[in-house]
Amino acid sequence: MIIGFVGTYLIVPLYSMYDFSTKPFGFQDKGRTFRAWKIIPGQPDLIAAISRSLITAAIVMALILFLIVPTAIWVHLKLPALRRPFELLCLLPLAIPAIVIVVGIAPLYRWISIHLTESPITLSGVYSMLILPYTYRSLSAALDAVDIHTLAEAARTLGADTRRVIFGIIMPTIKTGIVNGSFIAIALVLGEYTISNILNYKTFQVVIAQIGRTNGNVAVAVSLASILFVLVLLLLIPTKKRRSAVLDVDLV
Amino acid sequence: MTQLQYKGTGSANGRTGSRYWRGKSAYLGVVPFLLVSGLFLLYPTWNVASGAFQDKHGKFSTSVLKEVFNSKVARHAFANSLEISAKTAIAGAILGGLFAWALVNGKPGGYFYRVAVALSSVLAQFGGVMLTFAFLATFGFNGLVANIALKVAPHSFLADSSWLYGKFGISVLYTFFQIPLMVLVFLPTLENLKPQWREASDALGGKAHEYWVRIGIPILTPSFAGAALLLFVNSFSAYATAATLINLSDFLTPLEIATALTSETGGANPAEAKSLSFFMVVVVIIAMTFYALLRKRVSRWEQRR
Repeated sequence: MIIGFVGTYLIVPLYSMYDFSTKPFGFQDKGRTFRAWKIIPGQPDLIAAISRSLITAAIVMALILFLIVPTAIWVHLKLPALRRPFELLCLLPLAIPAIVIVVGIAPLYRWISIHLTESPITLSGVYSMLILPYTYRSLSAALDAVDIHTLAEAARTLGADTRRVIFGIIMPTIKTGIVNGSFIAIALVLGEYTISNILNYKTFQVVIAQIGRTNGNVAVAVSLASILFVLVLLLLIPTKKRRSAVLDVDLV
Repeated sequence: MTQLQYKGTGSANGRTGSRYWRGKSAYLGVVPFLLVSGLFLLYPTWNVASGAFQDKHGKFSTSVLKEVFNSKVARHAFANSLEISAKTAIAGAILGGLFAWALVNGKPGGYFYRVAVALSSVLAQFGGVMLTFAFLATFGFNGLVANIALKVAPHSFLADSSWLYGKFGISVLYTFFQIPLMVLVFLPTLENLKPQWREASDALGGKAHEYWVRIGIPILTPSFAGAALLLFVNSFSAYATAATLINLSDFLTPLEIATALTSETGGANPAEAKSLSFFMVVVVIIAMTFYALLRKRVSRWEQRR
């Protein structure tokens, strides 16, 4: 009964989205129509926004792989004294709501977009900090599960240089942790609205909201499509290991 | 911050480590990360914290803070924010907790379980814009439920979709993403309840309600309260949902901050935005501190994965 009640609460809006998006609009159609769905690919703004969001996500991905993960490994390996400060730094974004980060970053962002470049790089930088707690959580779990010190020393004895140790030896070992962390990170980046909206950067979510003001059916169709897309993606990815990461929302 | 203690197998020899890995030059390795985090995390934090204590000319002063603290509009928004966050946290915690409990008692690993967990993680992340559209399609003008209500009960509040834009509407919306988040946070705790405890209680002659009163509820309470605090912070910081639904600029504190920051009609006031942000951070930090304390209790019995 509980499942029924809560399930209804969760499912009815989703069904309503389907219902709403197939409502006739304009005066041409009667009954059900998939026109709102059909014109999705013909929205240049939307396509541009999706690619912009994907580029941002890709840069965030790169930052995770080449900055955050190596630093986490480095701190674990070489600087045990910095572990505690590093951890605190990584958890800091939890205490700072996104809207507050925007307030703090706005002057810098304005300066960068006037003097340097108005590229997604700045936004990716902010995002990579926002997702730190999540990434850190899965990384530190993965690093704790493996004896990376022995691994690293064995690799050094066999003649690997430091770069090889980090990128060639340790990172493949904690692959699951990295994938888990990145998965959550990407989901967050693609769903982010607060920061990009206030900084006036037209990401996926911002453009959906804009479309929603002029054409509700299309916006609802796009929203439902992306929810279903991610849902299917989640169900397709082998669950055993990934599940625990998605469940691991308790952070502090 | 308890479960992040380093109990890993590597730390025993890691702390001593080999000489080879030490040395001052090792600190150079964290410089790139420090640069990025300094620019995008520490600088904004510092900017807000210091900006809250400055007047319009950059001098140290608490005048703006006081002004915001005493302003009727700000207080109203803050009260709204606190009230909605508290209510939706409790509602979400109870409904989500029950849902998670029902899931655990069902067939873990079954198809329904998988779909429910996947759906939860999608819905918990996809708050914001999409959530607003979902509810507009449901209860908004010409929405599914609103249309049904128009036919069945034209005088009920559902038929007139204006309720969606008030405090109650926002609360219903927020609860929608609180429930799945609660499911995600609380499910591991419930899965960690060992069946042996129940068996032990039964074997010693305990009745079902005695098991719950003496064992189940005391064990679950700290996790439950902690999860509820997490939900509180979650909705307290939420901006996107409210921003896409209503344009009332001072209804909730995050909306007020955004207005103070971006208003194009001369109302832009970064100092006010910083002061408001400061108060928000204070609330979040208090909630997170309680959360950390509760986690400490929990980790005593909960086996970390």
